[in-house]
Amino acid sequence: MRNVVPLTERELVASFFSPIAYVVGCVFLLFSGWYFVTQVLVPGNEASMRPLFEAMTAILVFAVPLLTMRAVAEELSSGTIETLMTAPVTDAEVVLGKFVGVLLLYAALLLTTLPHVIILLAYSAAPIGVIVFGYLGLLLIGALYISVGLFASCCTRHQLLAAVIAMAILSIFTFLVDYFAELAGPGLRGVLMAVNVPAYFDEFTKGILDTKSVVFFVTTTVFFLFLATKVLESKRWR
Amino acid sequence: MIQVKNLTKYYGAFLAVDNISFKVEEGEIVGFLGPNGAGKSTTLRILTCYQPATSGSATVAGFDVFKQSMEVRKHIGYLPESVPLYPEMRVREYLNFRGKLRGMDRAAREKAINHVTDRCWLGDFIDRPIGQLSKGMKQRVGLADALLHDPKILILDEPTIGLDHTQIRETRNLIRELAKKHTVILSSHILPEVEATCQRTIIIARGKIVASGSPTELRERIAGSSRLIAEIRGPQQEVQSALQGIEGVRKVDCSLNNGWNRLTIETVQGHDPREHISRLAIQRNWALREIRLEAGSLEEFFVQITARHAGLEA
Repeated sequence: MRNVVPLTERELVASFFSPIAYVVGCVFLLFSGWYFVTQVLVPGNEASMRPLFEAMTAILVFAVPLLTMRAVAEELSSGTIETLMTAPVTDAEVVLGKFVGVLLLYAALLLTTLPHVIILLAYSAAPIGVIVFGYLGLLLIGALYISVGLFASCCTRHQLLAAVIAMAILSIFTFLVDYFAELAGPGLRGVLMAVNVPAYFDEFTKGILDTKSVVFFVTTTVFFLFLATKVLESKRWR
Repeated sequence: MIQVKNLTKYYGAFLAVDNISFKVEEGEIVGFLGPNGAGKSTTLRILTCYQPATSGSATVAGFDVFKQSMEVRKHIGYLPESVPLYPEMRVREYLNFRGKLRGMDRAAREKAINHVTDRCWLGDFIDRPIGQLSKGMKQRVGLADALLHDPKILILDEPTIGLDHTQIRETRNLIRELAKKHTVILSSHILPEVEATCQRTIIIARGKIVASGSPTELRERIAGSSRLIAEIRGPQQEVQSALQGIEGVRKVDCSLNNGWNRLTIETVQGHDPREHISRLAIQRNWALREIRLEAGSLEEFFVQITARHAGLEA
């Protein structure tokens, strides 16, 4: 596992060199800023970051796949996967290295929204603990989104296709799960409710550290990283 | 060092490598020669653990490429045909990254990078981003990466493709020097290159090994098709028929070249009629200004043997 560190370093270099990271970051901040001003910083509203956090999860469904689409798909299309997979590095280390790299990039992106928090705290007595938990939730949901994005990136050499696949998967589990749950019969509904991502995230925004939610995010993240590793391994057999 | 037994690789329904077996001993430079699509790159990719074989086995440095993949990878340096590099990294950064992947600590990495910078002539652009380099420079970076951890075995896929003549010559010298302490297997479809660098050549066509041996051995196998070139001044018809009559001459082709007859003489295997020809010329008072034995080249052998193989297949 010691190879994860150099792989993470290299991933960070690649991410920060790519203009996509900056463009996505700017658009993300644009939307979150707009939401903050129109939903949160309104006189008379409850002093809470909740509407912003909820809006962010929706924006991230589209933003994160754009950050992760490059990760493996570019190596597949440029051929650098060949030197990577013939070095004494396991496929799991490759996936993990990329995961941590993009996660750090994502964390940096979240940090840029701190001005919102500072402004809110300057104009109200919002409970800090709730905000901290909200950000923790954002970190966990981001980890899940990144792992889905990485999995999609491993599937194809076309970056755009990787982004679309990831957005599709994330959309189903974020926007559409409620709708499907309504249509479904009692058995299936139970299953669908169990993977209702927004519901698990809500706990964090309320300031509750629910172990159920933490476990959900951690296990689903690990699951998609596992899938990504398997897909990468399977590339050798073509 | 490298042992391949009954290696077969199918890409779907396409047979890329057909039951090949060969050995490479320690310290040898072996050239894998063959037309495009013959299965050279596929074989090398199996040896480097990039792809698994469909059947058969291969061991590198005593480790099985399928079951002990990590061990194999620690002992090889691989330069793929496409020389894939990360364009946004600088050369030194990239070599540092690759050194870390190979578990080299900082001191070892610095020493190794200085060493390969010298040997692969990277000094001029060691701090430039890879995206700005020319093809030849990138090739050298790839070679430096393969050499970085001083591996026992070097596997080079078309190492001089795209280089200019000076660089080709220098790379060949480098490879020859390396062979003293490393085992090298390289692939190429450029015959003179394999002839110049390798101690032994394995010719592969359509996934099968069609010939194997040192360039001298291979040339001896085609000694039968060697030819004589002679230039004689005299009446064309007479010259031609006189030479035809000499023992050991199979066929005489004649063309006029500025008053001189340029003769291409095919000889029967084992005969060397040069002495007879020169005596004949003196007897008949014809001026003889060139007589030379054109030893069959590896190129001819290669064309013959791959054509013959294709003929069998067709």
